[in-house]
This record gives sequence, structure tokens and C-alpha cells, in this order.
Amino acid sequence: MKELSVENLHVTIGGQQIVRGLTLRVPRGEVHALMGPNGSGKSTLAKVLAGHPDYEVTKGKVLMDGENLLELDPDERARCGLFMAFQYPSEVPGVTIANFLRAAIQSRLPEGEELEATDYYAKLYEKMELLRMDRSFTSRAVNEGFSGGEKKRTEILQLAMLEPKYAILDETDSGLDIDALKTVAHGVNSLRGPDLGVLLITHYQRLLNYIVPDYVHVMVAGRIVRSGRKELALELEERGYDWAREERAEPALR
Amino acid sequence: MPSVAHDETTAIGSVLSGPVESRDFPEWFREQQWDAWKQFASLPSPTRKDQAWRFANVGLLNLTPFKVGGTLPDMQRNAILEQSRGLDKVAARLIFAGDQLIERDVVSDQLKKRGVIFQPLERAMVEHRELFQKYFMSQPATLGSAKFAALHQALVSSGTFLYVPRGVEIELPIEIFHWLNGENASVFPHLLLVTDELAKVTVTEHFRSLDPQASGFACGVNDLIAGPGAKVTYICAQNWGTNVVALQMNSTIVDHDASAMSLNLHLGGKYSRFESLSRLIGEGGRSDLLAISVANGAQEFDARTLQDHVSPHTASDLLYKNALDDRARSTFGGLIRVEPHAHFTDAYQKVRNLLLSDDSEANSMPGLEILADNVRCTHGATSGQIDKDELFYLRTRGIPVPVAQRLIVTGFLNEVIQRLDHAAIADHLNRLIDEKFAKEY
Repeated sequence: MKELSVENLHVTIGGQQIVRGLTLRVPRGEVHALMGPNGSGKSTLAKVLAGHPDYEVTKGKVLMDGENLLELDPDERARCGLFMAFQYPSEVPGVTIANFLRAAIQSRLPEGEELEATDYYAKLYEKMELLRMDRSFTSRAVNEGFSGGEKKRTEILQLAMLEPKYAILDETDSGLDIDALKTVAHGVNSLRGPDLGVLLITHYQRLLNYIVPDYVHVMVAGRIVRSGRKELALELEERGYDWAREERAEPALR
Repeated sequence: MPSVAHDETTAIGSVLSGPVESRDFPEWFREQQWDAWKQFASLPSPTRKDQAWRFANVGLLNLTPFKVGGTLPDMQRNAILEQSRGLDKVAARLIFAGDQLIERDVVSDQLKKRGVIFQPLERAMVEHRELFQKYFMSQPATLGSAKFAALHQALVSSGTFLYVPRGVEIELPIEIFHWLNGENASVFPHLLLVTDELAKVTVTEHFRSLDPQASGFACGVNDLIAGPGAKVTYICAQNWGTNVVALQMNSTIVDHDASAMSLNLHLGGKYSRFESLSRLIGEGGRSDLLAISVANGAQEFDARTLQDHVSPHTASDLLYKNALDDRARSTFGGLIRVEPHAHFTDAYQKVRNLLLSDDSEANSMPGLEILADNVRCTHGATSGQIDKDELFYLRTRGIPVPVAQRLIVTGFLNEVIQRLDHAAIADHLNRLIDEKFAKEY
């Protein structure tokens, strides 16, 4: 099955349980929004999927196209086709975007094969144009001194360059003004297609006006409490998370 | 255009047997060497109790095994010439092996006509005696190594004399190589760079060992004199073999409105000590002191600096970065001194250590001595490890841990190299750093 599947996942950090039996499936080719109030465990889920070492999975399974993701190191997961756009991406002082992405792409090539520099730059410039980024950006150090919008665009640029099978976008809309939001959304939309599954984590409905999801899931207290079509997001906006919480009658699947 | 005879053979002697009589130096210079030798013999060996040698592994300074002189077989000579690759475009070049000049690309006729002197030391002391005597070893070594400065003067047998006259700008860098060759060999590299008013020059020096495992001893001096309004850039890429004990003593004199920038990249050696004195003697002078150490194994890098502000309205900015792995150690002892009347001084000193292992160690002893009012001084030294979130970020892009660490370290060091604002030299230095990492992982 070509999907990213999370089954009955339990996660703790420092002894505290954050994710409590979460089940979710994102097939390739679909965009799923994961919404939820602050502290519901959305970002924890993203970090666990990416392989952050601080979190402990105490129960459950995560499979990517049938492969057990939890057995892989973070870099192996990425090379297998998982990508995460961070809510707060790290600065990497002194390492230029060009060199950073080059190292990332080089790591996906078979040993002994060298990245073709001309093709690489052609592709990089093409993707930068898509995100309305100036070419001079390539020689700036990754995220160092970037504005919120620049950081998010850089995350999407990496997504575009690395061509993953599944992408988790963690609060990609936070810190963006309306212009930046549109640019980022445009970038994501242009990457949509049958080869990419997207899990779009967001607190607000507004992003979903620009990246229209196929499905919406609502996460409360470490679990999915409701799932539905894109209209669910609007309903949620209207009625609030308390409604979703109360309505949690049966375990929700998509 | 190699123009050097290469059948020179000198008898092998011990470093500790004093000046070599067979050398063809003028009488006055020879006398100076014997005076220096007496000074060397009379000065006490450093101990850890001396503040200037605090934290240093002075036990490695036993000079008994090291030899001077020796021959250079053709095969090794050829290997050295072959491996003396630095920048693609240079204005001139000298290559020394075991303190013998083995290749020489002179400066253009045009520069020569304008009065540029680029000569081996032994020639310059004869042909330009007055100039030479005015500046040769004219700064006392005050940062701990007076004894070794004396040893250097007693045993120096060649080196570089570069004089750039008033208003002459040499656009391309001048390149100098010094090679150590053979077990327990020693070298005493010397560079004397004098610029007159409004002159401009960039010099890069390379220190290397033909056999990267051979033990050896290097005791070098480089003196940089920036005349009024001159601009001097000096880069040293120290890449001695892993069993070399190295001492390098630098002084930089900055006259009014002049600027001097030096970058010392330390990669090689078992114990490598670097003493750097910047004296700002004229208003409007500026000195940038940059250094990088990449240390692994049991390497020890020991840096002692003095930013000495003699005149008002002068600026100095020191940025040293060390990346330390395994059991490597670094020591930094640096003083900013603002002398009386040197008002309106801007002096900065920043040391950053990146510790890549639990057993690496960085000692920092920054200091200030301010005897004037109205000055701006900051200094600070910090040590830290690779940020875990940063490493995780790189890994989520598919970059394996060793490559990610390497990127983070080179990025950390890059801030120093970028200050040079010279793409070709930056590329070369980055390549040397990459080569060191390639050996490591």
C-alpha cells in the first residue's frame, strides 16, 4: 500500500505521555490536514515521524509504503522519502543554502556518484523562481538572520528540491503575512500530485483556504477525535475545538 | 622559472650545537647569530608555572632529537615541487625545503622596476643591508618565546624578504612554501614583509611535511610591517605532519591609516604554538587577527596574542575559532592593551571553541589592560558543542551524521574565512580543512 500509516501510536517525552493511541493514514497523492488546539500533540507527532531522538515511542506502528519507519534513523527516513518542514527550522551558521541542499541531494546518490553541478543549479534556480526567491539566496547561510517568511520559503524550497514521497508540513503558515502565505501555498500546490502525500499540520483554518486538503483530521489530547472531508475544517472554525472534543463519541478513522 | 642550483649539501648537526659555520653569511650577520645563540643558551626553558606557558605541554619542547642541515635527494625534491600546489594565480612564489630554496618564481619585471624586492633572506641582507637591518628581528618576543626567538635568529638560514615600495599595489597574492623533510628534521622559516606608504600586498605561506608521520621541529618568525596607509594581508596555512612540534612567532606593526589582516589556519603538528603581537603605532591603524584550528587526536594548539594599542583612534579585531575532536586541546591567552593616550581605541577579541568530543579541552584566558579613557573594548571566549537540534535538522534532510557534523563545523569556521573576502584563498583554505576531515572520518 502506498501510504504513510500511523497505527495506535503512543509517544512520551520525559515520562509524560503526549500522543495517546493515534491512528492516521495518508495515501500518496492526497493532502491531509491535521488540526488541533495548542498542546494537542500535533508537533510531537511531526517530530516523532521525522525521528527526533528526544521522544520515545512506547506503543504503535509507523509504516511508510509498508516499511517500518521507527527502525530507521532520521537521515535514513529522509533518504527513504520522508520530508518534514519545521515550524521553527534551525539556523545552520556558515553553511550556504546551495551547499546544504547539495549535501542533502548528494546523500541520496549511490556511493561514488557525484552530483552534476550544472543540472543541480538549473533545478535550484527553477524552484527558487517558483517560490519567488532571489538567486542571491543560495549564498546565504541556511536560516541565519532570515525573516519568518524567508525561513518557511526555504523549507518549501527544500521540499521542492528533495522530491519526497511524503511531506509533513508543521505549522508552515505560522509567522507568515498574507503575501508570504500565498507564495508558500502556491509552492506547495504546485508540488501536489500522485507521487506526493502531504500531512499539513495547522492550528488555523486560514491556510486551508490556500492549500485545500482532501481530508481533515482533528487532534485533541494526543488522539484523532474527528475526521472528514475538507468541510470539516470550516465546521471546526465555526464551532471551535470544544465541539470536536465533546463530539468524540467513537474512535475516528478517516 | 626555477633558477636555483640544487646541489647544495650541508653537514647534519644537532639543533643544540649552535649556528652553522659553513653558511655563507656576512660577518655582521654571523655575529648576530652567535649573540642570539648565547641568549638562547642563557634564557631558561619555559615551565608551566610561567603564565605565558600555562596549560602548555612544555615537555614536548625537548629539542635534543632534532637536526639541522642534510641533503635533499632528487626524488624528494621532485615530490615537494609536485605537491607545492596552492593558488592558481600568484604574483611570485618561493619554495623552501629544509630551509633551502628549491624553486623561485620572481615578481614581474614591471614590479621589479617599481622597486619591489622579493628575495631570499641571505641575498637581501647583502644587497639591501640597511633596509634589512632596520627591520630584521626588530620586535622583541614578549609573549613567552624569547628563548625560541633567539634560537630562530641563531639558526635561521634562509627565508623571504619582501619589500613593497610607496604606492605599489601587488594585486595577486605572493606565495611561499616551507617543507619539512625527513625524520627529526628542523626548519626555521622566516618572513620579513615591509610595506611602504600606500602599498598593498597579500602573502600566503604554507607549512607542510613531505612525510606526514615524520617527527620534526619548526621554529618560525614572520614580521609584517604595514607602512602609513598600506594594506597588508597575510595568510598562513600550517599543515605540518602530525608529529611535528611547531612554534611560530608573529609581529605586526601597523602605522597610521594602515590596515593589516592576518589569518592563520592551524591544522598540523603535535604541539603547535602561535604567538601574535599586533602593535598599532599610528592613528587610524587597524589590525584584524583571525585564526582557525582544527584539532584531533592528541593535538595541542597554543595561541598567545597581544593587541597593543599605542596610538589613539586605532582598531583591532581578533576572531579565533577552534574545532576540537578526540583528546585535542587548545589554549588561548590573549591580552588587549590600551596604552596611555591611546584614546578612542576600538578593540575586540572573540574566541569560540567547538568541542566535538567529551575528551577535548579548550582553555581560554582573555585579558584587558586599559590605561586610557574613552575606549571601546569587548572580549569573550565561549565553548560549546554541536547544537543537537541543528544536527537533527540536517539529518531530516537525509544527511548522514558524519557529513552533517562536517558541514556544521565548516560552517562554524566559515565566519573566519569569509572575513578575508578573497574567494580563491577561501576556496583553498576550505579545501585544506576538508582534506583534514576526510582523513578523520
